[in-house]
Amino acid sequence: MDKTAPKPDYDAAVSVRVQADDFDITREIATLSEGRRDVGAIVTFTGLCRDEDGRLSALELEHYPGMAEAEIGRIAEEAAARWPLTGLTVIHRFGRIAPGANIVLVVAASRHRRAAFEAADFLMDFLKTRAPFWKKEHLAEGAESGWVEAKAADDSDAARWVKN
Amino acid sequence: MKIRYFAWVRERVGLEEEEIELPAGVASVSELMAWLAARDEGYAAAFAEPEVIRVALDQFHVEHEAPLGGASEVAFFPPMTGG
Repeated sequence: MDKTAPKPDYDAAVSVRVQADDFDITREIATLSEGRRDVGAIVTFTGLCRDEDGRLSALELEHYPGMAEAEIGRIAEEAAARWPLTGLTVIHRFGRIAPGANIVLVVAASRHRRAAFEAADFLMDFLKTRAPFWKKEHLAEGAESGWVEAKAADDSDAARWVKN
Repeated sequence: MKIRYFAWVRERVGLEEEEIELPAGVASVSELMAWLAARDEGYAAAFAEPEVIRVALDQFHVEHEAPLGGASEVAFFPPMTGG
């Protein structure tokens, strides 16, 4: 993630989108396999809004326009340089999101499953700790309950990927 | 220099962004945070625990020791909670 590092060379088609609108998971999967015969594995991760056992009416996702796309792009390029992917798509939503609705999507395609699983896992760990998004909770009773606090477990998840 | 604030840092400062002239003697991110914290109560509340604040210079994450250099945009925000 060093900004002075040379641009990594990789073949994967990397697509990063930050948007208010929902996404179509089936269509995003199809985009990474259409017209190709070399893709053997596609792994998707979808993050959804939980209601925390009925406590929340919605999450409000704030982001840093420009940097959100750039930072996810840097993480995606690192994943594409580290694993032999054929394609990688990352979509993150912002704005008000209701329980049950999608927040984030990662689609990783490769010749073999291991690279696709690992790249998707890596992408999510770094997205959570480095992509500039913040969640605010809206309570079911109508009040705002404040900002979600970052979890130490997210930092330790990201630290798993540091190469010795 | 443009300064941007996000999430509870933005709420406490009371601004999304502002333009400032860097005062003499403010050369690093930590010096800028200390200078901002002394402006009024809102800034003081935002930067009360400077160690938890994350910083980006021209949309790249940096540490608090980083020199401001020729950056045109600095952003202050809490630890991130996306995904």
